[in-house]
Amino acid sequence: MSDLLTHWRKFKREPYAVWLGFALIGFALVLLPFATDAAMGRSWVRILDHTLLYIMLALGLNIVVGFAGLLDLGYVAFFAVGAYLYALLASPQFDLHLPFWTLLPLGALVACMFGVLLGAPTLRLRGDYLAIVTLGFGEIIRIFLNNLNAPVNITNGPQGLNMIDPIMIGDFSFSRTQQILGITFSSVHNYYYLFLALTLLIIFISIRLENSRIGRAWVAVREDEVAAQAMGINTRNVKLLAFAMGASFGGVSGGLFAGFQGFVSPESFHLTESIMVLCMVVLGGMGHIPGVILGAVLLSILPEALRYIGPLEEALFGRVIVDPADLRLLILGLAMVLIMLLRPAGLWPSPVQRREFSHHDES
Amino acid sequence: MTSSTESGLLLKASGISKHFGGLAALMDVSLTIHHKEIYGLIGPNGAGKTTLFNLLTGLYSADAGTITFDGINLSGKQPHEVTQTGIARTFQNIRLFANMTALENVMVGRSVRTHAGVFGAILLNQKTRDEERAIRHRAKELLIYTGIGHHSQMLAKNMSYGDQRRLEIARALATDPKLLALDEPAAGMNATETAALRKLLESIRLSGVTILLIEHDVKLVMGLCDRVAVLDYGKKIAEGTPTEVRRDPAVIEAYLGGAIA
Ligand SMILES: Nc1ncnc2c1ncn2[C@@H]1O[C@H](COP(=O)(O)OP(=O)(O)O)[C@@H](O)[C@H]1O
Ligand SMILES: [Mg+2]
Repeated sequence: MSDLLTHWRKFKREPYAVWLGFALIGFALVLLPFATDAAMGRSWVRILDHTLLYIMLALGLNIVVGFAGLLDLGYVAFFAVGAYLYALLASPQFDLHLPFWTLLPLGALVACMFGVLLGAPTLRLRGDYLAIVTLGFGEIIRIFLNNLNAPVNITNGPQGLNMIDPIMIGDFSFSRTQQILGITFSSVHNYYYLFLALTLLIIFISIRLENSRIGRAWVAVREDEVAAQAMGINTRNVKLLAFAMGASFGGVSGGLFAGFQGFVSPESFHLTESIMVLCMVVLGGMGHIPGVILGAVLLSILPEALRYIGPLEEALFGRVIVDPADLRLLILGLAMVLIMLLRPAGLWPSPVQRREFSHHDES
Repeated sequence: MTSSTESGLLLKASGISKHFGGLAALMDVSLTIHHKEIYGLIGPNGAGKTTLFNLLTGLYSADAGTITFDGINLSGKQPHEVTQTGIARTFQNIRLFANMTALENVMVGRSVRTHAGVFGAILLNQKTRDEERAIRHRAKELLIYTGIGHHSQMLAKNMSYGDQRRLEIARALATDPKLLALDEPAAGMNATETAALRKLLESIRLSGVTILLIEHDVKLVMGLCDRVAVLDYGKKIAEGTPTEVRRDPAVIEAYLGGAIA
């Protein structure tokens, strides 16, 4: 048994094994929407699309909470900024129809600015105090969106914005069913591949940042702010950068969300969304990118899977005994409590603990 | 080179006072440190030694007085700016980055002398790659230099007490300091560890770094330091070579007591 394990460990280090692993994962990711469509229906492909948006959000929040250790309860504000920016600049509201390739970076940039805007006044705050302020910030953004329909109508208030342009790259419309090489790609499939590409880009950026001078500065600030300062780190800039980077991921995700849905309203940007994304980060394993992705996948899929409770109850008992919506929340909450009790560092925490036992040096 | 460095003066603090509420932690303290010397700062607990460190490194701001380091006025400077000018420190109550490895701790120390920004980090261009390699290389060198090279992959929080103190020194050295300020580096060390620490400090001095040392171990201070200042209740009561200080009646009265006399 342990023999097998050492073999497996050795194998895992081989470069070709790594490439083989990547190739297999890539292959699976490409096939996933078709397999899902065939096995579970189109609505589940849509759920996959949403999952990818959540992964981007979770990775963004992970920079702020996981790396830099700044508890942010208003993260959904940046998602909202990205979504509304896209909606305002690509819809009949102002009859603006900017192309996607300008909207996407613009969304990242504007969200970035909002990140700094939130970060600047909170630099001296930590822990619970920071959490309260960021929570307030998230609510302010939502309430603004809700009320900016008078005296000048900008956001259309609680009704939200409609008929948002679908995402187009050149002549290729993601919202249309497309025929490529004789294969039919429906709208949700098109979006899946677009979101997947951008998710991979965000993962790539996260990994690069983590293993850089900047990533180390973030973790240093998280571990001991005074010591970080004494080591010459400008903690103010480092924290603002964390807010800005995290926010930009949120902005990108928000823009994609707006184009995908074709409709945004303040309803979508409730505090509960911030908490959900935070749960993904914490449950998966704060500061560990694969863990955070796992957390995002689980918490996107699980609530959807729990929708089958109603039909399941009917099948088992012939009628619905407990309201499925209540039961769904109950099970979801229970699952989170259990996971946190059994694995306080998250489902898939960073393997530093393991790393320190193998005393070999990389180079 | 500024005129102050030519005259051998590295740090000059004059008329430093600091109050915490009604408590006068430091009163009109002045001292000068010269290039490449080991300068000891001693005094009973609560005398204000650590407070002076915190003022030097920008963590606190003084109520009165000025600090000039290497020709630069330090007043109003943020801690990271002070580090930039060349003062690095360790902490009396060890403050390592607990969940980072020893190597990563020291790599953080290189931050102030390196430049890679967001785009460099993401694109990982040749310049960033080279810089990153140099950071890693220097960090490993410093771990070996301070005698903990074999623990590079250990989490800081899991290291022994003595090794943590060494790691703090390695991390401080990574900032390329001109002045290394050590706050009770031998605290909690046994005789063997203290002897090794003394060798290390002598070698650091030989490499051209000036050392400011707070220490309770009288033998270590007297054996190692070129000059010593004695603080008592926030006042400097003596300054001079170890021999001079040891004979000073005020010092004997206040601190060393019968143990030395
Ligand atoms: N941040 C602070 N707030 C209030 N009092 C402080 C603070 N730092 C130090 N003091 C007080 O200042 C005095 C000097 O402390 P310190 O510099 O730590 O002494 P030493 O390092 O010489 O033992 C002590 O009485 C201590 O209680
Ligand atoms: Mg002290």
